Amino acid sequence: MDVVVLQLFNGISVSSILLLIALGLSVTFGLMKVINMAHGELIMIGAYTAYVVQNLFNSYMPSSLFGWYFVLAIPASFIIAFVFGLVLEMSLIRFLYGRPLDSLLATWGVGLMLQQIARSIFGAPNVGVTSPEWLNGGVTALGGVVFPYKRLFILGLVLVCLIFMYVYIYRSHSGRRMRAVMQNREMAACLGISTRRVDAVTFAIGSGIAGIAGCALTLIGPIGPSIGTYYIVDAFMVVVLGGVGKLVGTVFGAFGIGMSNTLFEYWTTASLGKVLVFLCIVAFLQWKPSGLVAMRSRSLDN
Amino acid sequence: MLLRTLSSRRLWLLAIYAALAVVLFCAPLVLSDFRLNLLAKFLAYAIVALGLDLIWGYTGILSLGHGVFFGLGGYAMAMYLKLEASGGKLPDFMDWSGLTALPWFWKPFGSIGFALAAGILLPALLALVLGYVTFRNRIRGVYFTILTQALVIITVTLFVGQQAYTGGTNGVTGYSKLFGYSLASPDTKRWLYFVTVAVLIGAFLLCRFIVKSRFGKVLRAIRDGENRVRFIGYNPAIYQMVAFAISAGLAGVAGMLFVLHVGIISPSMMGIVPSIEMVLWVAIGGRGTLGGAVLGAVLLNSAKSTFSESYPEMWTLFLGALFVVVVVFLPKGAAGLFGSLKGFVRRGKESDERANGVRNPAV
Repeated sequence: MDVVVLQLFNGISVSSILLLIALGLSVTFGLMKVINMAHGELIMIGAYTAYVVQNLFNSYMPSSLFGWYFVLAIPASFIIAFVFGLVLEMSLIRFLYGRPLDSLLATWGVGLMLQQIARSIFGAPNVGVTSPEWLNGGVTALGGVVFPYKRLFILGLVLVCLIFMYVYIYRSHSGRRMRAVMQNREMAACLGISTRRVDAVTFAIGSGIAGIAGCALTLIGPIGPSIGTYYIVDAFMVVVLGGVGKLVGTVFGAFGIGMSNTLFEYWTTASLGKVLVFLCIVAFLQWKPSGLVAMRSRSLDN
Repeated sequence: MLLRTLSSRRLWLLAIYAALAVVLFCAPLVLSDFRLNLLAKFLAYAIVALGLDLIWGYTGILSLGHGVFFGLGGYAMAMYLKLEASGGKLPDFMDWSGLTALPWFWKPFGSIGFALAAGILLPALLALVLGYVTFRNRIRGVYFTILTQALVIITVTLFVGQQAYTGGTNGVTGYSKLFGYSLASPDTKRWLYFVTVAVLIGAFLLCRFIVKSRFGKVLRAIRDGENRVRFIGYNPAIYQMVAFAISAGLAGVAGMLFVLHVGIISPSMMGIVPSIEMVLWVAIGGRGTLGGAVLGAVLLNSAKSTFSESYPEMWTLFLGALFVVVVVFLPKGAAGLFGSLKGFVRRGKESDERANGVRNPAV
């Protein structure tokens, strides 16, 4: 019983992190068909922002306030990653619309450069971020299983981001414009929507969420220049499995991969578990080639 | 008129290719043993680039999984060499991991014939299976690319995880002899170099034959408009699968040669970064031109080895910037640059149109 509860909780925890990373990806991928391989490096930027905020608090603030640095770090990582995303979109991505595979290669190059720059600034070894005091410990649930506060906090953070994304995409004016561009770019442009601006803002929001994901990852372990690369392919698999362009799909994709990953790794070994997950994904795509929830479209090539 | 220009152009091309082949065969006369070994390694890479060009440049399918195929070929050769070196006993790393008997799938690799066949057929078979489950369902473009990338990740984790059977992160190394000749001796190295050049020329001719054939025409048609090809009555999936399998087989061959030159194969040589670098060779040289792929592989690797010796950090930055510049500004790569230069020189001639207009940048 304990084991089942523990594995379920672990699965949910892994899924929530995957979801947070894939949220940003599904937005940029779904709207613009841009494969942003630098997404992992935006995560890294978020993580290092949290690190810098922590260091600033360490040196300039009274130590009694130190515990609150994390509350500031979350919006800070969002904003910094947002600005990075905006700059990236304006300077590079906008030349690559309609060339998805090229965008993949170019952004991979950007990611490589960002990693090297981070290595030059912060050094190649991993740095640790001290989690605030109030996140240590955990809740003891039925059967003596401990749910760490950190994991619960990440779960809550993901939930907040999800709600924010939902409200933004489905309930706000700019979200409506975004969906319009997504469904039919030419028609939206004809109706007076500046697709240029929608693209830039959407990409920046996707990047900002990656920043938050990076901030959350600092709670789990040390951070280094290549922190993003561990998660990026899994996150892409989430998007592929869930289908592009719908939040629901991303959520199901993340939970599908996160849960099965945890369970397979529990039943077999870590490396075999990964193989099994991959086989399951490929098998699933045989049944639904465009993912769990696909946008309906009448166009032939999309 | 058209025919005559075409044939003279063809003659020129043939002359250039022949000259290049002669240069390659004469390289041992001028190069030191170290440089020769390096060049041999780059030429092995060029074989991967040829295969990758076939699938990316000509068919429009971007595979980021060629590191796996390269690695499978490499491991097949390394397993044979390892068994040869251990002389009937258990390879050392298995001993350390506590195995007492040779695993069943290692046993056939004692014969060189099986190892050679496996080095080509295993990657091709894997590609065929992956192609079957994806292309048949019209999973293509970006989705396919991401799947190949996942294939790389799981293969690397699998190879690292099953340490007792694969040597883990260290890979398989520590072999000495091939057919009784020492691998370390300069004479053997020279012979291996000649073998590599011969295989490269063979691979080039094979790819050229494929590209010029009707099969190659269908491949290009798929690249430029898959649905139209389908509507005409072809089944693109079969063409894509076969092209992908040939491409993977070539990568396997390259992996085998690589092991002979370098003396080690490990999971880090088939990871994400090498797989993407392989794509860059093709992009730099010019996708959709076979000569460009070879040129790109040799050029970029030479640049890498001279550059990264003195500035290891700069190299990564440079590599990243190269990706951005080539993809955004030079989608046709060095070959495209050459083509537009030529077009600039003799502007207005019809050959200009032929040189530039033929190739759409593959998506």
